[in-house]
Amino acid sequence: MTWQLKTVAVFIGATLFIYIIEMVRKRKLREEYAWLWLFTGMMIVVLSAWYDLLLYLSVLLGGILPSALLFFFGMIFLLLICLHLSVKISTLTDQVKRLSQDIAIMRSRRNIGADYRED
Amino acid sequence: MKREDDFVVLMPAYNEADRIATTIAGIREYCSAEIVVISDGSTDSTAEKARETGAIVIELPFNLGYGAALQTGYQYALKQGYDFAIQMDADGQHDPAFIPVLMKEVQTGRADVAIGSRFLGEGVYHLSLTRNAGVLFFRNLASLLTRQTVTDPTSGFQALSRKAMEFCASEAYPTDFPDADVLIMLHKRGIRFTEVPVRMHQNTKKKTMHSGLVPIYYLFKMMLSILVTLLRTHEHRRQS
Repeated sequence: MTWQLKTVAVFIGATLFIYIIEMVRKRKLREEYAWLWLFTGMMIVVLSAWYDLLLYLSVLLGGILPSALLFFFGMIFLLLICLHLSVKISTLTDQVKRLSQDIAIMRSRRNIGADYRED
Repeated sequence: MKREDDFVVLMPAYNEADRIATTIAGIREYCSAEIVVISDGSTDSTAEKARETGAIVIELPFNLGYGAALQTGYQYALKQGYDFAIQMDADGQHDPAFIPVLMKEVQTGRADVAIGSRFLGEGVYHLSLTRNAGVLFFRNLASLLTRQTVTDPTSGFQALSRKAMEFCASEAYPTDFPDADVLIMLHKRGIRFTEVPVRMHQNTKKKTMHSGLVPIYYLFKMMLSILVTLLRTHEHRRQS
């Protein structure tokens, strides 16, 4: 890996890391969603700065190109982030459904002046 | 306010303004039960038309889909203390003459869910070739997995006991096309269901829920739902 590429990769990773921390600080990104992004940023920095580790891992995985390995890891992280978001969307969908149902029932009961029997 | 009858008629409706009043009038010929219309984010005057007939109207703020609208009805019925409920379509496809027949099955305790089947001899009902293949496939699969004969797993004309409603109002109920998978879930939970012959009217005007790519998604969703239902052994044990 050339030093130029190394510098760029470390720079991108570090910027991502700092930007995410800043987003959390400004409360634009919740902590629960930030950890995977932070982990991704950190891995970019670690793997590009510590070339020997990248080399070791690429040999371990059958001697593939170190740069290809970086892409491979990048893709795995993106997949994990997408999966994480899908799970969160599923939860949100259920919560929105539940809320709309409760609101609709409450409204209809108020309209007909039904007795608010507590469950 | 709860009426004399110990059951309620639940009717999910999405943009059925021109048919809802006729459907409600039809139901009133056969029973005096409270009718609850769940308007699933309708953009026309479905809610107003239903309210004019004296029915209770629950208006969902936006379209949540058939299953979720139905589930809202169960939640309402349970909150109001009803022991039984009839669910039917708002487009007049289901013949209200069969409400007492379905109700009798659950009220006498013979079953917790009585499903109105259009394939048990009452009238002739034609399906398109692809839908027929789908019904046939899920009919056999549901029969196999529940160890009892299922002829109409996609029927939306049903009578339910409180026990069945409690399941349908819970988070475990699949609100995204609840059909054959629900039967398997009921079976796993020890909730008994039976089929009753009913007449359904062929509805040519009906904008079917199953069009475009939806059948492919339906097939995929149903298979996945059935698979995970079978895998969820712990959940059923805990609940029973």
